Amino acid sequence: MSGHDLKPADSSRFYALVGLGLLVLLAGLGAFHTMEEHGHIISGMNNQIVWGLPHVFAIFMIVAASGVLNVASIGSVFGKTIYKTRAPLSGLLCLALLGGGLMVLLLDLGRPDRIIVAATHYNFRSVFAWNVFLYSGMFAIVALYLWMLMERRMNRYVKPVGFVAFIWRLVLTTGTGSIFGFLVAREAYGSAMLAPMFIIMSFAWGLAVFNIVQSAMFAWNGMTLHPAILRRMKNLLGVFVAATAYFVATHHLTNLYFARQADFEYFILVDGGVYPLIFWLGYGVVGTVLPLLLIFHPALGTARAMTAASVSVLLGAFALLYVFIIGGQAWPLDIFPGYAASSRFGDGLIAAYTPSLPELLLGLGGMAAAFLITTVGVRILHFLPEDDLPQFDGGGSEPNLPAASHGA
Amino acid sequence: MSAGHKPPLPARRALLAGGAAAALSVALAPGIRLIEIASGNEAPTLASSKVRWGMLIDATRCSADCDACVTACNQENHLPTAAAPTDPQWLRKVSLKDLKTGRSLSVPVMCQHCAKPACVDVCPTGASFKRADGIVLVDRHICIGCRYCMMACPYKARSFVHAPVTDQNPQVPRGKGCVEGCTLCVHRLDRGQLPACVEACPNQAMLFGDLNDPDSAISQRLRAIATTQARADLGLDTGVRYHGI
Repeated sequence: MSGHDLKPADSSRFYALVGLGLLVLLAGLGAFHTMEEHGHIISGMNNQIVWGLPHVFAIFMIVAASGVLNVASIGSVFGKTIYKTRAPLSGLLCLALLGGGLMVLLLDLGRPDRIIVAATHYNFRSVFAWNVFLYSGMFAIVALYLWMLMERRMNRYVKPVGFVAFIWRLVLTTGTGSIFGFLVAREAYGSAMLAPMFIIMSFAWGLAVFNIVQSAMFAWNGMTLHPAILRRMKNLLGVFVAATAYFVATHHLTNLYFARQADFEYFILVDGGVYPLIFWLGYGVVGTVLPLLLIFHPALGTARAMTAASVSVLLGAFALLYVFIIGGQAWPLDIFPGYAASSRFGDGLIAAYTPSLPELLLGLGGMAAAFLITTVGVRILHFLPEDDLPQFDGGGSEPNLPAASHGA
Repeated sequence: MSAGHKPPLPARRALLAGGAAAALSVALAPGIRLIEIASGNEAPTLASSKVRWGMLIDATRCSADCDACVTACNQENHLPTAAAPTDPQWLRKVSLKDLKTGRSLSVPVMCQHCAKPACVDVCPTGASFKRADGIVLVDRHICIGCRYCMMACPYKARSFVHAPVTDQNPQVPRGKGCVEGCTLCVHRLDRGQLPACVEACPNQAMLFGDLNDPDSAISQRLRAIATTQARADLGLDTGVRYHGI
């Protein structure tokens, strides 16, 4: 139940969680301060790998933020009742992840003190500038959406506002994918496929985050997920994981087919040392095969298996983004095709990158910010999904709850 | 004016006028002096879109063991000699070897000053910009250090300032946390001088001039010999052209 009914033991557990979150957040802010003082020289980034581990964290959170709202959209836009009761939690997680992701992105800037410049100077040809609008608009729309969901008098506006949020986040993730999709010169990027690929990745990663938070909240409150709901949510996650794998495979296959991309594909999938390893083991096995097994194997498919599958989807997400963002930059630019290039500036060489502690702490700090927003939000407001269980018994079909019980 | 009113004495009038002029001079002179300092000694000239600055690099004249252009660039812009991947490098010598024939050559590579620069397109704040005369620059006042331009540039022509900067050339302001790259020595150009690398090249392998002027030496040379653009397939219309590649 909500925070009001918590027992003293729950209360101390809550404060312990908040304390832990604050500690990690502080470590992240400390890392930011150190990097601001010394410059990015103390990071693992350089003039070839210009976006490093902080971007892996930031893009993961921003993509997952968009996807986690899918749960609310299925309820509000597509009218599925079991998702309606989950809409407020979905909205909160969206805000938390978006906040955490943007925090990392902003604090990794070379001149974070100039953030006001980013808000006052726009180059409308830049997909980054579009994203400034998309991200701030997302905050406003989801906040409004939460208000419509949680204020009984405003419930009648849930559908139109939910629809706007649904469209907005599709555009937002298109924008995030296009940050890479619009890069003409690098083999790893520059593809229209990246926009829809990011959207489908957001569905999988967002739902995985939702499942983990939901299972933690249920465990906290001694509740169990109804088998009918479990089945629906795990199957949905399975479909999203498979669809992501389809997009990733198609992207690589397209590149493999183009002769000029073949060397890069060989690097990233076979010969590139740590990158193929992370791709196949981290994304392929842990992020795709394992969750699909956990979800669809007849002997598994329990609530615990779904949580485990969700965790492995998130590990796979980090692996995929690491290979995509850092491996993609490690491959040298082919400035003079047909020639082998060398210079004192790393031309023709695979760039080296070792993530530094400040980068890791900054990324974790963003995760801690998202964690804190969620933990405190769940404590002070009513976000726990409550299902009208009698409605579910005896049927596997879509449980239809009376409209009055919608969204709390 | 009534007939009984006497006009002021001319001497007194002159004295008053002189005093006022002296007072005005004292009050305004420092301001005028400041304006003079701010605008430099020469009359300010704006970059003209009638001009497009460009460079022709002749790979057949560029010697593999010479890096006079790099040294000149580093000295002019007070850049450290690049030793680490985090050090800035605005101009570098790239050795090339034909993958099929084994033919070797060496060329300087820097910002190609594209007519359709990817770095300008992607920059969220407009800090990356193209001057009217085609020079692509970074406005250090509004660069937020996001490095998206470095992701977008096909030539690895931009560097991020990873560490605090000391010993700056006052005419080439730099700063930690900003992105920078070849300016075609815009500060020299605006004084009527050539870019430092062009001036330093002992082999005359770098020809600088106005691509829009059909009578300029560079235009005439471009008409006479076969040249290419780096990554011409991208259609960025570079201001730097290569011969002998």
